[in-house]
Amino acid sequence: MYRRTILAVTTAIFAAMGAAQAQQAVKIGMVAELSGAGAPAGTNWRDGIKIAVEEINADGGILGKQVDVHEYDTQTDPQVSRAMVQKAIDEGAYAILGTIYSGSTLVNMLVAQQNEIPQFVGSEAPTIVQKGNPFVFRTSSGAQKGVPALVPYFIDTLKAKKVGIAWVNNEFGKGGRDVFAAEMEKAGVEVVADVPSEQGATDYAADVSKLKESGADAVFVYMNQEESARFLIEAKKQGLSIPLVGEVTLTEAKVIELAGNAAEGAIAHVGVTATATDIPGIAEFNEKFVAKFNRNPTHDAIKGYVGTWATKYVTEMVGEFSGAKFAEKMKNLCLNVAEHPRMLLDTCWDEAGEMSRPSFMVQVKDGKPVVIGTAAAN
Amino acid sequence: MSQFLQVLLSGLATGSIYALVAVGFTLVWQAAQTVNFAQGEFVMVPAFFVLVGTHVVGLPLWLALALALVVSVVLIGALFKKLVVEPILPSGGISLIIATMALGILLKESAKEFYGAEAQPFPAMFPTDPINIFGAVVSMQDILNLIISLGVVVLLTLFLNRTRTGRSMQAAAQNPAVAEILGVNVKRMVMYTFLINAALAALASFLITPVYLAKFSNGETLGLIAFIAAIVGGFNQIRGALVGGLLIGVLDNITATYITAEYRAALPLVLLIIVILVRPQGIMGTSEGRTV
Repeated sequence: MYRRTILAVTTAIFAAMGAAQAQQAVKIGMVAELSGAGAPAGTNWRDGIKIAVEEINADGGILGKQVDVHEYDTQTDPQVSRAMVQKAIDEGAYAILGTIYSGSTLVNMLVAQQNEIPQFVGSEAPTIVQKGNPFVFRTSSGAQKGVPALVPYFIDTLKAKKVGIAWVNNEFGKGGRDVFAAEMEKAGVEVVADVPSEQGATDYAADVSKLKESGADAVFVYMNQEESARFLIEAKKQGLSIPLVGEVTLTEAKVIELAGNAAEGAIAHVGVTATATDIPGIAEFNEKFVAKFNRNPTHDAIKGYVGTWATKYVTEMVGEFSGAKFAEKMKNLCLNVAEHPRMLLDTCWDEAGEMSRPSFMVQVKDGKPVVIGTAAAN
Repeated sequence: MSQFLQVLLSGLATGSIYALVAVGFTLVWQAAQTVNFAQGEFVMVPAFFVLVGTHVVGLPLWLALALALVVSVVLIGALFKKLVVEPILPSGGISLIIATMALGILLKESAKEFYGAEAQPFPAMFPTDPINIFGAVVSMQDILNLIISLGVVVLLTLFLNRTRTGRSMQAAAQNPAVAEILGVNVKRMVMYTFLINAALAALASFLITPVYLAKFSNGETLGLIAFIAAIVGGFNQIRGALVGGLLIGVLDNITATYITAEYRAALPLVLLIIVILVRPQGIMGTSEGRTV
């Protein structure tokens, strides 16, 4: 009898403690590419979120509740990502952070929308914010904003009158090529060489030769990582000396690793970069990340970090945990660094969830991307 | 004119590596009367042996290359012959062709499982500094690739035609029964053929991977192009494989530069159809039978 009483009292105490803890915590579902081809991006996204959550909890949490992040691995598979978003919501997630791969986000964002759950994504495909989903928000600008941001660099900095375009002939490459060609036409710059190549192409000798002979002042390179690296290797072999400028991919760490010293001098526009250490918030984040994970953060880590802090800021503006009110508040919202320092840069979202903030031009120097300029938010 | 020279030299450099792989097709055909559809993967795998040597074991590049060559000769030369060709050959050529297809898939998936699906950087054996030749800018790497590949094919031809072992190998390929009566150790000669094929594949791997990057799927393209090069040049002649490889390398670049970049991948197939229609034995091939 005595034992039973003790057991019942103990159980009741633990249950009460659990309930109290549950009341004090808010669940966030981190759904990302933690394995498979997207693992490098997903693990950085996750680790950026980890730093943000530590800071938020040290700062009193969100509306006084501690943040409890649950991790869900999509295995870089769109269908798995959809199931994981559903699982996170079933387990009580107030918001979803992820995914990064656009192919996954396009599939899983419908689940979050149906459940009125706010979702910050690291994806950059234009279509994500063109489907009328009021619950999806970017953590970096879409591609349709990134390529136009390059135009002033070609015209004002490089003073290019004639340009070449080397692009990979898939949806990604064709989209970027079309936007760039249209922007050049508007700016009165002549496209003197338009050189497509197939995805997975290995021999770029003819492509580089055509660009050399075209008389272009600079080349816009819009390819996936491996193709970018092979193109840079061939460009070095043929001594192509005009500026090679790309959007994000061309100066990514993987491209630099694959191309080696052939990547030296390559230039790209990037939405956000951990190498912009002139900005105090980014420098501080960089320092914390290196101390905690013993490696340099990528732009995906910053995106995860910013998405987590935006969740806190906006929820506290709303004053309650309501997905519908959160989505309403996000429309045409701007969070400036003066009042919201963890956003790192002044950031705005439009009605569709598209984001704009200042961006960067980087160049590979001594094997590392270095910030050489900034582009205003567009 | 400088652009044409540029494209020509680049095409020759790539084509000479295709030729090395195509020669392997020819050798295996002569020795085992089969088409080795794992030949592309035989070129992909040695690059990963080098990466294991440099990254996992921590060897200097030259030692990793030497070890990778030895391992390749043992695994994709001797063991391939002992474990795949010898047991299956008595069942017929078709069975062996299917076995090589299976082996190709096994090697490809193993490389992916072991080293991942992403491409890996591969160190160049030669400097990549550009050199100006009559207005065409090519790298020292391309020039040396061309010289080494052509040199190896010439040496191999001399070995087969001018040495006792080489002539024994030819005899074993042309008529194994008569060669055996004449005292040629046919089994050993066939083994030599497989070892040479493995060494050629490893060399092609070391030369082309700095440009292609090390990736599990590299063998798909290489295997197909080299197979077509061997047929176009003449499947029963080493010099035919050389001509076929160089021809495809050059025509591919010329097509992409002056005609169409989008349809360049179709060129080897078009060339194959034309050759089969006009000269079925291949440009340099003979209809007289087998000879290495």
